[in-house]
Amino acid sequence: MSDVAVAPGSLAVAAAAPPRHGSGAGVRHDFQYRDPAYQSETAIAGMWLFLATEVLFFGGLILSWIYMRHGSRAGFDAGARRTELVIGTTNTAILITSSFAYALGVIFIRAGDTRRVAKCLAAALALGLAFLALKFGLEWRDDFAHHLFPSDPSFPMRGSAEAGARLFYVFYFIGTGLHGLHMLVGIALVCWIIARVRRGDFSRDYHTPVIAVGLYWSFVDIVWLTLYPLIYLVGRG
Amino acid sequence: MMAGEGPVSAQRPVTVEAGEVTGSYLADGHTLKSWLLTTDHKRIALLYMAAITAFFFIGGSAAALVRLNLVVPEGLLGSSEAYNRLFTAHGVIMVWFFLVPAVPVTLGNFVIPLMLGARDLAFPRLNLFSWYLFMVGGAITLWALFVGGVDTGWTFYTPLSTSYSKSHVVLAAVGIFISGFSSIATGLNFIVTIHRLRAPGLTWYRMPVFLWSLYSLSVLLVLATPVLAITLLLVLLERLFHIGVFDPAFGGDPLLFQHLFWFYSHPAVYMMILPGFGVVSEIIPAFAHKRIFGYKFLVWASVAIGVISFFVWGHHMFVAGTSLYSAVLFSILSYLVAVPSAIKVFNWLGTLHKGYIRFDAPMLYALGFIGLFTIGGVTGLWLAALAADVHLTQTYFVVAHFHYIMVGGMVSAYFGGLHYWWPKITGRLYPEMWARAAALIMFLGFNLTFFPQFILGYLGMPRRYATYAPEFQVLNVLSSAGSTILAAAYLLPLCYLVWSLLYGERAPANPWGASGLEWRTPSPPPTVNFIETPVVTEDPYEYPPPVAAEPHV
Repeated sequence: MSDVAVAPGSLAVAAAAPPRHGSGAGVRHDFQYRDPAYQSETAIAGMWLFLATEVLFFGGLILSWIYMRHGSRAGFDAGARRTELVIGTTNTAILITSSFAYALGVIFIRAGDTRRVAKCLAAALALGLAFLALKFGLEWRDDFAHHLFPSDPSFPMRGSAEAGARLFYVFYFIGTGLHGLHMLVGIALVCWIIARVRRGDFSRDYHTPVIAVGLYWSFVDIVWLTLYPLIYLVGRG
Repeated sequence: MMAGEGPVSAQRPVTVEAGEVTGSYLADGHTLKSWLLTTDHKRIALLYMAAITAFFFIGGSAAALVRLNLVVPEGLLGSSEAYNRLFTAHGVIMVWFFLVPAVPVTLGNFVIPLMLGARDLAFPRLNLFSWYLFMVGGAITLWALFVGGVDTGWTFYTPLSTSYSKSHVVLAAVGIFISGFSSIATGLNFIVTIHRLRAPGLTWYRMPVFLWSLYSLSVLLVLATPVLAITLLLVLLERLFHIGVFDPAFGGDPLLFQHLFWFYSHPAVYMMILPGFGVVSEIIPAFAHKRIFGYKFLVWASVAIGVISFFVWGHHMFVAGTSLYSAVLFSILSYLVAVPSAIKVFNWLGTLHKGYIRFDAPMLYALGFIGLFTIGGVTGLWLAALAADVHLTQTYFVVAHFHYIMVGGMVSAYFGGLHYWWPKITGRLYPEMWARAAALIMFLGFNLTFFPQFILGYLGMPRRYATYAPEFQVLNVLSSAGSTILAAAYLLPLCYLVWSLLYGERAPANPWGASGLEWRTPSPPPTVNFIETPVVTEDPYEYPPPVAAEPHV
């Protein structure tokens, strides 16, 4: 076991150059990685792990939802039948198309075609905004107008189904609200990626953030694909 | 997970390039900015250490007031309201702002890359961000506790927390919610780092047990904390908008809250103790100067504890009206988690057997850990037994049980690790005699504080009351007296460790003659950790054969 003898507190600097980054193949990488490709793979692994934590986050909500529905099924289903099936289904189509556009962008950036990437991501962004407009501009507005907010004193359903229906709308508002928040974050991220694409940050060799944000964007879709049947379909069965 | 013995090497060597700082990380910038905007894991560990220390003493002060109140049966403070807020403050601060983060974010943050032969964690900026999240969450929670406090206990049981409590539940829960994301970021960073930044030759079975423990802990952080986040969010929304998820008045189900809460909070118990296991597994072989006994059993016991801990939460709800069948199942599973814990204890004892034992301060803490953790663990079995639990639950027996694990176990391990790695972290040796004295006083003070509580609980004194029946006074006074000794013992390291920063002897690279990559670089390490990335060619705890002993006749 060798004890490396360097006097504590001594500050030896090899030469005057930026200290934190090594350089290889023209792409920067942090100094703890051996090369950019290794760092890129690691970043993507981190993103997947982050999405796993999101699964647990939404998982807790969805588990509670299913458990509570089990307890007061008639009320939940009565509430679910008042949801806007047309808007929900349209939104589902919009989101899937949006992810498709983003995935197309990933294919183009892998080929180094930055012009088409920007177009694809702009399409994904526009579809995301359309989703939010339909969901919150139209659907939530109608829901509030129909007194469907769970603590609304003039909640439309009465009798034995009331408590269950109110609970359904608790989960409806929390689930769609949290999903909407994730959409907003996603939209901010996509804007950031588009700006960086325009600035010429990405190339065939380096485009890790494009892929990482794409994973997130698709994940938010998958959350919706779980919420959609819970909100619009199960109660109508 | 790859666990083979093959020549798996995550990394090829990284060498120092022109312009990289090769001096001590402590000398790499002296401005406030060089600390507050650092991405160096070693500096972030020190930022965390400052915060954790502050939280420890704030939470400890609340406990001191709790013990003060209990000196007389009618309660010295004279107010149940104030008492409720005090023990809630103590629980909230200690659980979320000391016990869960303490070892991982300070010692873990500092040592993980060194043990891996890496230059930093995988995501250094995320590491810094997690510290800021922790500070924002901590500040909000402290604010809530100082402007009036919370009276629900650290468990936030519904419907008290959502409908009836008139205290600052929302603020405190927001603070905990935010700091939870700090835990998630830390766990994520550790997992990815251990997978991706191992030095050449450092296979999974060549990793020190500390890394395995922190890996297992990180999986718990990453998988359980998001469930706490959604649970707290539901509590907040229910409280703010008067909508029901948990309150039966709105059609909700309070048991659902307990299930969700303990799905996080029981694994959280293992989040607190697993890093302690890791620290002790480093200290024991170093001071017994002997290879660790049963390495593979130790590492797989860490993994097993992590896995089983997800399936025992129901033992918190035996008397909450859950079905008998689920109670039986959770009881069996809770017994099961004792098996890997016992494996660890026996392996440490096996390591000590015929070792060349030195009783330096870290070793005293580690030995204290083994004894106190064992008592805490065995009394846990009483509580896992359905019939005994009916009598013991909600009494001081439970309080004593988990303090033996949390304080006797985890806090001992934290202090043990702090002393063990102090020379590496600061480049200074601490005063050994003072440290040994503190370790012994801590052990005595701890037992005097908490052993009487086992008896109190067995005799039926309920927890969380500001007053008690007069026949319990003698044991309560003993316990409170012990807590003053404990408080003094905690202040000692604060004094002599700070003293050692200025006047301590300079530490060599490997003051303990310990194995492990972290001892192969100078103390304190350079910013890049290793001037040349080490290549690992041997198993962990490769201690030189002990000096030839006299043959037994």
